[in-house]
Amino acid sequence: HLTVTDPMAILKADEVWGALRGLETFSQLVYEDDYGSFLVNESEIDDFPRFAHRGILLDTSRHYLPLRSILTNLDAMAFNKFNVLHWHIVDDQSFPYQSIYFPELSDKGAYSYNHIYTPTDVRLVIEYARLRGIRVIPEFDTPGHTQSWGKGQKDLLTPCYSGEQPSGSFGPVNPILNTTYDFMTKFFKEISSVFPDAYIHLGGDEVNFDCWKSNPEVKEFMWKQGFGFDYAKLESYYMQKILDIVSTYNKGHIVWQEVFDNKAQLKPDTVVQVWIQNNYAWELSRVTGAGLTAILAAPWYLDYISYGQDWKKYYSVEPFNFPGSEKQKKLLIGGEACLWGEFVDETNLTPRLWPRASAVGERLWSSRSVTNLQDAYERLVNHRCRML
Amino acid sequence: AENEPPWGTPCTQLLVFVATPGCDGFPSLDSKESYKLSVSEGSLLLSADAVWGALRGLETFSQLVDRDENGMYYINKTEIVDFPRFPHRGLLLDTSRHYLPLRAILETLDVMAYNKFNVFHWHIVDDPSFPYESLTFPELSKQGAFNAMTHIYTASDVQMVIEYARLRGIRVIAEFDTPGHTLSWGPGAPDLLTPCYLGKDPSGTYGPINPILNSTYQFVSSLFKEVSIVFPDFFLHLGGDEVDFTCWKSNPQISAFMKEMGFGDDYKKLESFYIQRLLDIVSSLGKGYIVWQEVFDNRVKVRPDTIIHVWKENPTPYMEEMANVTKAGYRALLSAPWYLNRISYGQDWMAAYQVEPLKFEGSPEQKERVIGGEACMWGEYVDVTNLAPRLW
Repeated sequence: HLTVTDPMAILKADEVWGALRGLETFSQLVYEDDYGSFLVNESEIDDFPRFAHRGILLDTSRHYLPLRSILTNLDAMAFNKFNVLHWHIVDDQSFPYQSIYFPELSDKGAYSYNHIYTPTDVRLVIEYARLRGIRVIPEFDTPGHTQSWGKGQKDLLTPCYSGEQPSGSFGPVNPILNTTYDFMTKFFKEISSVFPDAYIHLGGDEVNFDCWKSNPEVKEFMWKQGFGFDYAKLESYYMQKILDIVSTYNKGHIVWQEVFDNKAQLKPDTVVQVWIQNNYAWELSRVTGAGLTAILAAPWYLDYISYGQDWKKYYSVEPFNFPGSEKQKKLLIGGEACLWGEFVDETNLTPRLWPRASAVGERLWSSRSVTNLQDAYERLVNHRCRML
Repeated sequence: AENEPPWGTPCTQLLVFVATPGCDGFPSLDSKESYKLSVSEGSLLLSADAVWGALRGLETFSQLVDRDENGMYYINKTEIVDFPRFPHRGLLLDTSRHYLPLRAILETLDVMAYNKFNVFHWHIVDDPSFPYESLTFPELSKQGAFNAMTHIYTASDVQMVIEYARLRGIRVIAEFDTPGHTLSWGPGAPDLLTPCYLGKDPSGTYGPINPILNSTYQFVSSLFKEVSIVFPDFFLHLGGDEVDFTCWKSNPQISAFMKEMGFGDDYKKLESFYIQRLLDIVSSLGKGYIVWQEVFDNRVKVRPDTIIHVWKENPTPYMEEMANVTKAGYRALLSAPWYLNRISYGQDWMAAYQVEPLKFEGSPEQKERVIGGEACMWGEYVDVTNLAPRLW
């Protein structure tokens, strides 16, 4: 609650996080007149976010992002009242996260010694974010998207076969070995203690079954488990075990929508992130209809650049435009603007992400009725200059 | 033997030999940019007919130098004979849609040199703003710039760009686009633009340059006289694109003029009338000119040494346009497939790379009239915060 009168302004909030948001708003109310004096108009503001989860996804695996890039981005997030940094920290291409228990992962999996995040780096990001009221949710995406893990952890990935012989290439994490789960237990113990947020993102997207299908031991396991030829069942078997492991560390989990689509048994407090563009409204219905919490990312893949004022299409998304009851709508707790890193590194991150992400920021904070594009345009222009 | 260093004799100098002196001159369309580079043990030699070729060779040389894992710089034995396929290899920057500070322009010139570009096409003014500080007409930027103090190019700024470019073998071709794309000229030059009419009364808005007034041609004459002196290159780009006839059609004086001249209802004739007079003025100032393709499409009578700049993808496919332009005997520049401001997801550099400028039906003489092309970075969505990663 912000009151600006003569002789002073008062900012009141239930918690310090509200005060941070109010300070941001206050800074935006101050303007300079033609003579260089700073002014603020008499105001009375009662503000609160529409959605509790307002995130930005950064991908530091496709391209390494130096610390300063991440910190600058956290500043920009704070200017836009984003409160979650979804750190997609590792993936196929590289493993920059320096693990304490498994140093080989980054030793062998990072692009180079200069392309890693040490425990100090990670702590710095978490604290810098915390001071801005931003949660850091790490994503360690498995069983797919894990090529870089195999370099430093032997026998973690499934060996693919060409006929009767191993082909030399590897696929997703091997779900049939006990060693896999021993590794994951220890690894996620570390992650749970390094990252203080209550949630960890466990990925689970785009698992390619070809390699599993080619491997005779996997096939035998499928038969023994009674999965038949339904590899989605094997994927779910794996994901369920991972979710259980992570639960023992008292962390909640977020997963990509495939985990839900492929019918893994999910506990009711699992959060499902909807990212597939096709029919995402229906997916939101299904996820919330099943009583699960959802986060929306599908219409906000900002890495998909195009010519012109594409911020308008991000701004025009109405997250509640999906068939569902009041109760279901409550389960949609927010969304994320995603900047995947295939074509992004520190040379172009900031101008590509901002101010387009600002459109998403307003959509997630402001009331449903704030939709006028012309008005938003004028404010966005000013806001951009402020951010510069 | 074991005690021999793994590398050959250390090389400490590159000898540069230029046949024709010319360090004080300006590069031109006819400049020779060929060079030979010879790298062998104990001898590094770069030779060129002209200093411009030496610049290109130095760039190549810098790219040949590599570093091994011990930090040692080395270069492989090499023999290179190199020359450009096209003599006009340009880049367009737009400083009207968004002002670009000097440092952004100079930085761009550096990167152009790394990529052997040799023409900086400076689309300096347009509808949104007029940042060019004119000595003859100071009101133009005073009234037309986004901010007359901070968003202008002074005479010394312009000279700095020209000299910085020259030292990199880059020609600066300024574009003062008329008669369309001139809204920002209006505030500083009253009566220059055509007043649009709503019925019988002026609507308060303005259109392209008014082609029926003598004052227009006096103004244009004086301005281009200055521009011809300020910019040393032989060529000026005169624009001539996207002239919207709506305003002209609404204006009763213009309608009267059309009748008087027997143009009927064909406003292309009025556009041609203006352009022809403009071209004559510029010719008499001793300059050559480049124009956008509409000038050719609308059958304006132009000098045979006019260069036509092909930028449109429809209604005529650009390769067909290239064929038509060169068939009519004019030289052509290609930009249509290289509008780099039109961003899209993924590796769009490939589409730009795969363009073959001579892929049209035509005689060898026609093909020779294609003198090159330009990558264009229009400024609607570009300023100093995103220019470099968008362009390179």
